[in-house]
Amino acid sequence: MSKVLMKGNEAIGEGAIRAGCRHFFGYPITPQSELPHYLAKRMPEVGGVFLQAESETSSINMVYGAAGAGFRTMTSSSSPGLSLMQEGISYLVGAELPCVVVNVMRGGPGLGNIAPAQGDYFQAVKGGGHGDYKLVVLAPASVQEIIDMMQVAFDLADQYRTPVMLVGDGILGQMMEPVELADEVTLPEVPAKPWAASGLKGRKKPNIVNSLYIVPEDCEELNQRLFAKYDVIAAQETRWEEYRLEDAEIVLTGFGTAARIAKSVVDKARSEGIKAGLIRPITLWPFPSEVYAKAAAHANKFLCVEMSMGQMVEDVRLAVNGKKPVHFYGRSGGMVPLAKDVLAEVKKLMAGGE
Amino acid sequence: MLQEVLIAGFGGQGVLSTGQLLAYAGMIENKQVAWIPSYGPEMRGGTANCGITISDEPISSPLVTEPTTLIVMNRPSLDKFEKSVVPGGLILINSSLVDQKVTRQDLQVLEIPANRIAEELGNTKVANNIILGVLIELTGIVSLEAVVESLKKVLPARRHNLIPVNQQALEKGMQLAKEFKNKQ
Amino acid sequence: MAKVIFKRPDSLTDKQFHYCPGCTHGIIHRLVAEVIDEMGLQDDTVGVCPVGCSVFAYDYFNVDMFQASHGRAPAVATGIKRCLPERTVFTYQGDGDLASIGTAEIVHAAARSEKITTIFVNNAVYGMTGGQMAPTTLPGQKTTTSPRGREKELNGLPVRVSEMLATLDGAVYVARVSVHDPKHIVQAKKAIRKAFEIQKAGLGFALVEVLSTCPTNWGLSPKESIKWLAENMIPYYPLGVFKEPAEVK
Repeated sequence: MSKVLMKGNEAIGEGAIRAGCRHFFGYPITPQSELPHYLAKRMPEVGGVFLQAESETSSINMVYGAAGAGFRTMTSSSSPGLSLMQEGISYLVGAELPCVVVNVMRGGPGLGNIAPAQGDYFQAVKGGGHGDYKLVVLAPASVQEIIDMMQVAFDLADQYRTPVMLVGDGILGQMMEPVELADEVTLPEVPAKPWAASGLKGRKKPNIVNSLYIVPEDCEELNQRLFAKYDVIAAQETRWEEYRLEDAEIVLTGFGTAARIAKSVVDKARSEGIKAGLIRPITLWPFPSEVYAKAAAHANKFLCVEMSMGQMVEDVRLAVNGKKPVHFYGRSGGMVPLAKDVLAEVKKLMAGGE
Repeated sequence: MLQEVLIAGFGGQGVLSTGQLLAYAGMIENKQVAWIPSYGPEMRGGTANCGITISDEPISSPLVTEPTTLIVMNRPSLDKFEKSVVPGGLILINSSLVDQKVTRQDLQVLEIPANRIAEELGNTKVANNIILGVLIELTGIVSLEAVVESLKKVLPARRHNLIPVNQQALEKGMQLAKEFKNKQ
Repeated sequence: MAKVIFKRPDSLTDKQFHYCPGCTHGIIHRLVAEVIDEMGLQDDTVGVCPVGCSVFAYDYFNVDMFQASHGRAPAVATGIKRCLPERTVFTYQGDGDLASIGTAEIVHAAARSEKITTIFVNNAVYGMTGGQMAPTTLPGQKTTTSPRGREKELNGLPVRVSEMLATLDGAVYVARVSVHDPKHIVQAKKAIRKAFEIQKAGLGFALVEVLSTCPTNWGLSPKESIKWLAENMIPYYPLGVFKEPAEVK
């Protein structure tokens, strides 16, 4: 193992290469541009293809082509670019194609700004494009976790034939942290893809990559098949981190950068005698609802910390299901919650304030 | 130990790479480290800054909003960040480039004519490392050895001939800091 | 012993076309399939069909196929070809798909000189969605969204896609053909074959624009449609080769 200092955006790229991705299609946008920079250099070194598309719309459709041909492939962007990709993501879902889409989120709505934000939570976990569907959504909270999660992302995508989204924010993309990298890379085994449309090559029946189901009965069957798959994913792939949760009276929660801040607040609160704990969803979908339900048995209250006006908090409330109050603290538009402000909120809530 | 350093100046002054050197040295010493730049339009020729957090504990947010040390490489950065330094914190100013004085009274301030000293050492490009030398001597944030080791990692092989002069600059900075401490 | 003098190309399935009587999509499908057969490419070919009347082309071509979102077939084909550079990749697109919503994708696929073949079927109208005005609709032509005829002041003038793409260095072969009579059908097949040969030779992006009919949305009989194409479309969209690499001349 080697320990190196690496930028989050570069870690996404290196993680993808180590996961066996050799085809990247993307379009520049801050704050994720170091990722295309990195892959433009790295892909040719490993015999891969880095292609700069003319737009995010094209990027995601190039991914559709590459994924349908049976290859591990990905694209990345930041918030406005993801909005442009939603149509393509819906097609990828409909055609049941595996791929990885990265969103290094920034302040919105509109052109917003390039500062770190988490305002695309709804877009990521509630569908985003048209039609009934879910994406597996991974939310790493450190540069090391980004590297590790890229492997998970590609594996889940192939295993379940579904697009997987990895969400970060401007901080995770831009920051450098130490990461442990294996010196020897063994490329992962990729499951066979007998459905890929890559030329008949002796096969009798053509493979068709398609999301058109003109007969409603057939389209309903597709939806049912997708949701049966989502049930399996929810049962088997839900990931989260618990921290000092066992005896927690107040449970802080958040994902990505917000969770890092909340975690430090847990320690500060504990050092001041407040029994605080943390739930950090690592998969935003499937959402670890049961963990919240369980914690609601002993905790008095929940505080959801986000870099948005409050999006994940809705899922926390659904999970807690009215058993205990769920409070919210957020900063938005590219502002980042400060640990001291979150701690003040915790103290206020513990003192009985609203 | 938790040290949060903000280095601020113009793009092209080596602000970001100096910060990376410091972060790398922290990593070599097995500390928790994070480095984050200002990014976006402002980095294209305008002001540039980066925050470096070095800690014994896991780092929650890498954003340095209340630095324990501010390193100032241009005048606008002093205007912008002086008020953000924690009370009792440290400001290091490259006085070859900044003629303005710190107005706050609750801070430790050191003015270092880094460019002039670097010229005396025969290479103006090592000015930042003179300031870094002052920083490590005054705060003990990382050791000299770790920074020198980091130079080997951060500088490309073809620039390794510059390691001795960079080390000289670090040592010069440390010597200045010692003199400053003795005067206090 | 009976001698086969006419058969369905292997690269077409047995499925009956859904196209309207007098529509020339069927002829164009057949020409593409014959070329694939004759060049021995059935095993190697991946096709991309658009959104539009030919959205079901994956049911007809007996090769591996993709169905792309509206206008994005050249991007999808790019993704396939960059993964499988040895395969033959073609897109089959109508004028709403290619010349309107997919303008950016076709221009940039051509500019990158993607080694793909595009069959561009131009019938001057949106078919599947109900006869609306297309970028290729002729001045004065009545459609469901230009009921008074296409007006220059309101809608501007038609896009001549082949001429436009031929200005790009990356577009190495660009030709416009028609399928309104047997002589032109023979010429069209030659152009389509050339566009596939150029891909196999690795020379770059090749596009064949095929002028086509839409009796249903033109409000004409099949016979009248053929006449209308010859008399109205060809003068506006002159036939010919706009770009051709020296290697295949």
